[in-house]
Amino acid sequence: MSTTTPEPTTAVGKAADWADTRMGASKLVREFGRKIFPSHWSFMLGEVSLYSFIIVVLTGTYLTFFFYPAMGELHYDGPYVPLQGVEMSQAYQSTLYISFELRGGLLIRQMHHWGALLFVAAVSIHMLRVFFTGAFRRPRELNWLVGVGLLALSWAAGFTGYSLPDDLLSGNGLRIIDGIIKAIPLVGTYISFFLFGGEFPGIDIISRLYTLHIMIIPAAIIALIAIHLIFVVVHKHTQWPQAGNTERNVVGEPVLPTFAAKGGGFFFLVFALIAGLSAFFQINPVWNYGPYDPSPVSAGTQPDWYIGWADGILRIAPGWMEFYIFGWPISMNILVAVIIMVGVLVGMAVWPFFEAWVAKDNREHHVLDRPRNAPTRTAVGVAFVVWYLVMWAGASGDLIAVFFHMSLNDMIYIFRFLFFFGPIIAYIVTKRICLGLQRKDREVALHGRETGRILRLPHGEFIEVHEPLDPHSAWRLVAFDSPEYVPAQADENGKISTAEKWRGRFSKFFFEDRVAPLSKAELEAAHAHNEGHGHHLDSEGNDQDGQGRPLPH
Amino acid sequence: MALAVLLLLGLLLTGGAYAMFTNSASANAQQVSAQDIAEGEKLFVANCATCHGMNAEGSENGPSLIGVGAAAVDFQVGTGRMPLQMHGPQAARKAPQFNEEETAQLAAYVASLAPGPAIPDDEYLDPALGDPAAGGGLFRTNCAMCHNVVGSGGALTRGKYAPSLSGVSERHIYEAMQTGPQNMPKFNDASLTPEEKRDIIAYLDEINTMTAPGGFKLGSLGPVAEGLFIWFFGLGAVIGLTVWLSARAK
Ligand code: HEC
Ligand code: HEC
Ligand code: HEM
Repeated sequence: MSTTTPEPTTAVGKAADWADTRMGASKLVREFGRKIFPSHWSFMLGEVSLYSFIIVVLTGTYLTFFFYPAMGELHYDGPYVPLQGVEMSQAYQSTLYISFELRGGLLIRQMHHWGALLFVAAVSIHMLRVFFTGAFRRPRELNWLVGVGLLALSWAAGFTGYSLPDDLLSGNGLRIIDGIIKAIPLVGTYISFFLFGGEFPGIDIISRLYTLHIMIIPAAIIALIAIHLIFVVVHKHTQWPQAGNTERNVVGEPVLPTFAAKGGGFFFLVFALIAGLSAFFQINPVWNYGPYDPSPVSAGTQPDWYIGWADGILRIAPGWMEFYIFGWPISMNILVAVIIMVGVLVGMAVWPFFEAWVAKDNREHHVLDRPRNAPTRTAVGVAFVVWYLVMWAGASGDLIAVFFHMSLNDMIYIFRFLFFFGPIIAYIVTKRICLGLQRKDREVALHGRETGRILRLPHGEFIEVHEPLDPHSAWRLVAFDSPEYVPAQADENGKISTAEKWRGRFSKFFFEDRVAPLSKAELEAAHAHNEGHGHHLDSEGNDQDGQGRPLPH
Repeated sequence: MALAVLLLLGLLLTGGAYAMFTNSASANAQQVSAQDIAEGEKLFVANCATCHGMNAEGSENGPSLIGVGAAAVDFQVGTGRMPLQMHGPQAARKAPQFNEEETAQLAAYVASLAPGPAIPDDEYLDPALGDPAAGGGLFRTNCAMCHNVVGSGGALTRGKYAPSLSGVSERHIYEAMQTGPQNMPKFNDASLTPEEKRDIIAYLDEINTMTAPGGFKLGSLGPVAEGLFIWFFGLGAVIGLTVWLSARAK
């Protein structure tokens, strides 16, 4: 404490001083409070993930007081008429109790479930924003890996929770998981018996899932979130390219008071949103599904949205993918879902390292890429999103078929086609769009913004009046990295290794089509030329850059 | 007291006899006159014979109706499925083309051709007499795989579908089970007794008339509807908030 600090006079002030002189919190707060957080809507998506997670933890804690993860059989005698006298497990009964008898129970249950859906959705688009802006590049690769872990854990948290009420819908979901596990060659059946404590469904699974759902998975998520946020502070947040933003500074608002106040308020807005949704919109009406019984299956049995894509793979995979080896069935039509899910997670995990290797780019990046300025990455990302959407839609083929009066069989053929060609088309289209936008940026930077005003000069020539950009806007258009194709390089012995050959091929794939950023000379030449003039169109209406050459299109 | 017991016994007995009578294939509870049959035949020749043949013997455009009974006609015509408008994967429900009386006449005519399931008696259609919980169990095992647990409907192969069951009258529910229209299996009295059919009716009545405990039902379509909702409205609202919060004060 410096001598100039005034003595606290109020009771609160004294208490705070007492605590501070013992814990030294003020130093920490001062240090953390000075951190700068750039302001952009997409940078708040991680916060949304965090807030919805907190809400899910709070509501979930309330539910644990009343939910009973046990399989004892009893006859329902609660207020819900269409189930009175029906035999059911204690787990299902306690869920009905929470829904119909416990004060506020149904609201909290619905908040927990809507919150969970929002949580995974927020995590997903937070991840997409990090991907499309290149925020995963050095030094943030490790935090990206932590993120991949969080993504997988959020699926697991959702799935284990979805299975707890022991209703018909969730039981059917578990049945599919059981089938997937049993499809694993050799050990599948053993793993299934181990997990379910015997033949499916058994009586152990609900209490085992409960331990996972309320203890192990949330603890792991909390630990990873802590690491994740520490990394965000240590690495500092990235920022958009803008005049004044460099690789060595962070421009934004200090955590204290601006960002913290906004963030705190934002938490309550997210809370209000989830509470509002839950007050008005029903979710997972377990009473509709009835108790789990292995024989019936309802039409429209689907998992929660984040597992939907796995369900979709199972639905669109053709039956002939199952084959026999020495009389043992290998159910590739089922295993393919596991292979794709694991493959996607591994692919996400290695992407930052892959991209750095291909571009031979080991620099630190604190300024983000505008998605158009990394056309290949953006196109790969969009292709993945489309692929994911196809699998996801595959899970709801039955509903889509009914809704659009189409044949379910045709839906499956359409999805199979899109599974392969959707991503390719998306890749090509996105890349074209990115390159087009880059050319447009170049054009605007060179000649200013089109105003749409056409002038006819006395001698008959038409010109369109262009308005030059202010330097701030121009910066965004010209100051970006654009890696070039680096062919495979020979090592010191003059040999090109196989890995290097591959790197060369990938580099070509990534960077061959490229719109170079404007050089300083080009920019100055254009400015000199544009002074006070419009943009000329020649007799055929082609752009001329003043030297008679058509501009690059 | 004794009187009451006697009365009850009497009621039960007559009720039972009545049920036996109405369920024996040919007879019909509603009084059917020869005139009804004659009127029915006229209507049939004018509206149905092109597909089902002059004597309901069937043609390449429609199956024989001999022996389908009054119940099938009452269901098909009463739900507007017949007369068929166009051939497709499945005849869809539409506004009925004939009034109650004409429908009854058509049914009487087809029933007069050969014995078949009769129009069910009111006693088996009253939801108040059924047990909705038992009906729910039966519905989940026998019907939910096509119609969804709460009867929201679902897809079958090649453009066929099991329709939503909300707003279907008790009589038509019963007749659907009894006659198995088109791609729906038949549930005769051996597989689902008339009392069990009534339990199912009671269940459907219960869930269709109750207010959803949790708010708007989103079509009772399950997790797909919920997922779309959270992406479009939940996340949409959240992104709106982020944009609002990060907008610079201008
Ligand atoms: C355009 C041709 C057409 C017309 C007109 C038509 N039907 Fe049909 N009807 C069909 C076809 C085809 C089926 C078989 C539907 C199926 O099972 O997919 C059918 C089925 C039926 C059935 C169900 C038979 C069963 O096995 O349960 C009844 C009852 C019936 N029609 C009655 C009528 C009556 C009564 C009329 C006149 C009001 C009528 N139909 C007019 C084509 C027609
Ligand atoms: C194999 C699938 C299947 C099963 C099982 C099934 N249905 Fe159906 N159901 C259908 C189809 C298909 C239709 C449409 C028939 C038509 O349009 O003529 C239908 C029609 C109906 C209708 C008429 C709805 C309307 O809009 O008029 C009712 C009522 C009905 N079913 C009730 C039941 C009940 C009750 C059960 C269980 C006892 C059941 N169904 C079992 C497939 C099924
Ligand atoms: C429980 C789930 C998650 C929570 C609570 C969370 C939270 C956050 C927060 C609050 C930030 C800072 C603000 C922002 O940039 O949005 C952040 C940044 C980041 N997150 Fe997450 N996140 C989660 C999941 C993920 C996932 C799934 C990934 C990717 C696979 C990921 C990768 C990153 C990266 C790389 C950053 C740094 C971004 C930058 O500095 O621009 N996170 N996270």
